[in-house]
Amino acid sequence: MATTVIDDGLPVAVPDSGSPLRTQRSGENRAGWLLSAPFIVFYLIFLIGPALYGILMSFFNTTSVKSGLGAAVGLANYREVLTSSAFWGSMGHTLWFTVLTTPPLVILAFVFAILAERIRRGRALVRFIFFAPFVMPVTSVTMIFGWLFTAQIGLFPKWLSDIGISPPNFLGTTGWSFITVALLTVWWTVGFNFVLFLAGLQEIPTEVYEAAAIDGSTPRKTMWSITMPLLRPTIVLVTMLQILASLQIFNQMYLMTGGGPGTSTRPVMEFIYDYGFSDYRAGYAAAATMVYFVIVLVVSLVWFVLRRQTRKTVGA
Amino acid sequence: MTTNAPANALDYNARSRAFKIFSAIVLAIFAIIWIIPLVFALDTSLKPEGEIAAHPTSWWSSHFSFHAYTEVVKGTPIMTWYLNSLIIAVLTVIITLVVCSMIGFALAQTRFSGRITVFGFVLAGLLIPGSILVLPLYQIVHEMHLLNTYWAMALPAVSAPVAVFIFESFFSGLPRELIEAARIDGASWFGIYWRVCLPLCRPAMAAVAIFTFVGSWNNFLWPLLCMSNVDQMTIPVGMATVAGGFGILYAQVMATAVLGALPLFVVFLLFQRHIVQGIAGTGIK
Repeated sequence: MATTVIDDGLPVAVPDSGSPLRTQRSGENRAGWLLSAPFIVFYLIFLIGPALYGILMSFFNTTSVKSGLGAAVGLANYREVLTSSAFWGSMGHTLWFTVLTTPPLVILAFVFAILAERIRRGRALVRFIFFAPFVMPVTSVTMIFGWLFTAQIGLFPKWLSDIGISPPNFLGTTGWSFITVALLTVWWTVGFNFVLFLAGLQEIPTEVYEAAAIDGSTPRKTMWSITMPLLRPTIVLVTMLQILASLQIFNQMYLMTGGGPGTSTRPVMEFIYDYGFSDYRAGYAAAATMVYFVIVLVVSLVWFVLRRQTRKTVGA
Repeated sequence: MTTNAPANALDYNARSRAFKIFSAIVLAIFAIIWIIPLVFALDTSLKPEGEIAAHPTSWWSSHFSFHAYTEVVKGTPIMTWYLNSLIIAVLTVIITLVVCSMIGFALAQTRFSGRITVFGFVLAGLLIPGSILVLPLYQIVHEMHLLNTYWAMALPAVSAPVAVFIFESFFSGLPRELIEAARIDGASWFGIYWRVCLPLCRPAMAAVAIFTFVGSWNNFLWPLLCMSNVDQMTIPVGMATVAGGFGILYAQVMATAVLGALPLFVVFLLFQRHIVQGIAGTGIK
């Protein structure tokens, strides 16, 4: 690789080349570019490349079975996507999933972190228990929850029956499918947000709390006037990262419901998967990708702006 | 890291001490809720199938055994998938560490012309949700004739702007005098990167390595698309293909789920501190 190229020729101070300083500058220049080059190549091929190629494909009737772009179709793909009720339906499912998962994942993680901050012993154990599910592969998670939610013989329906509630059809109806997958997602990923909040809390100096205590602040007042404002950057970070993660829902939904019943829970990512890979309509699916991409990009940009603002206010 | 104060600063009166006890109780309840799915999965996997059919929600069995595990190992290519996942994850980690630490060093410690442009260019990548772009990425990898190879999995994962910025922020923290001194001693820029700076940034390497490993191991959509050959599949995708085939053999389903989660649980137990600090350090900044 490029590493061998860099290793040999980089004269530090060649005496005969007039100005040693200039040689040093150009050596630094070359070294900087050579060390950056491998990443830039990967970055261009596998991140910028797909973004640009996706835009290109969206104007052609590309199929996934043949190589090459196919025939140019102008804006036809976009026209079809933007007027497709199936596309906007799946967009709605993705947004509904985001609405269902973001508040519990942020609030529960926040509450867990606040509570964990107060206990003296067992904090490491609590952290381990909440974070451990996060390192599991999605398939293990869906297998386990599929079993727990199985009608009649699963653990959860049985518990509900035991306390006198007739269990709903967790994976058979649209409404409950969303809730089931949301519950699974909360269980699976809350630990990540929890750890972010714990880290944020630890950045708050203890002196601030001590000062508040000396001034006779009540716990509630400490919470609202000290912890919350100082934790604001973390709250913004966790909320935005969560929205971005939830907007990209595919795996759990695909494995638990397959988008069903029918296509009533199918998220956008699965819409793209179905059209691009099962129906081989890559050009059309690329147009859908781009519309979806722009929406997520807008959310990312909002986060970027918010982050700069909170940084400035904290810095000031 | 948590025992910085001898007494908790939040414990200043009876009410806050009462709140502490309340906190412990609430956390204990939630912790139990959180481990029930795992414990019940493990419990089911150790029961004979006949008993599960008769008493599906019972926690107790008189015949606990590893029978379901041996059946899964014999009946599915799970060992091949383990090997594939491991090879892919290790390849991804090694290439990511080398490539991302090099540019991280270049951005942090060399003042090459165009540095600001490159920096901004890579920063913009943080905004690109890569997982959404699988379709065009698939077409590109297809054109490169890499489908159903380990490279199809490992190479795209290397373009991780987050890893670059973890390294960049770490290398920026190293004193400039250190680099100047090495320059005066006649070290090349690559020598400074490789022999002076890289050994000093083990924590950053550990954080990037673990995240890359976990990310690679748990990746689902991408290997689902580019690994159609059963012998090339990774753990999460392979497991998904056999999940339906077990039918009502719930002990085997749960044994598969446990086996799938096991390696990363071990990694997590060994590197818990690094993982948690890594999230804290990289997520916040």
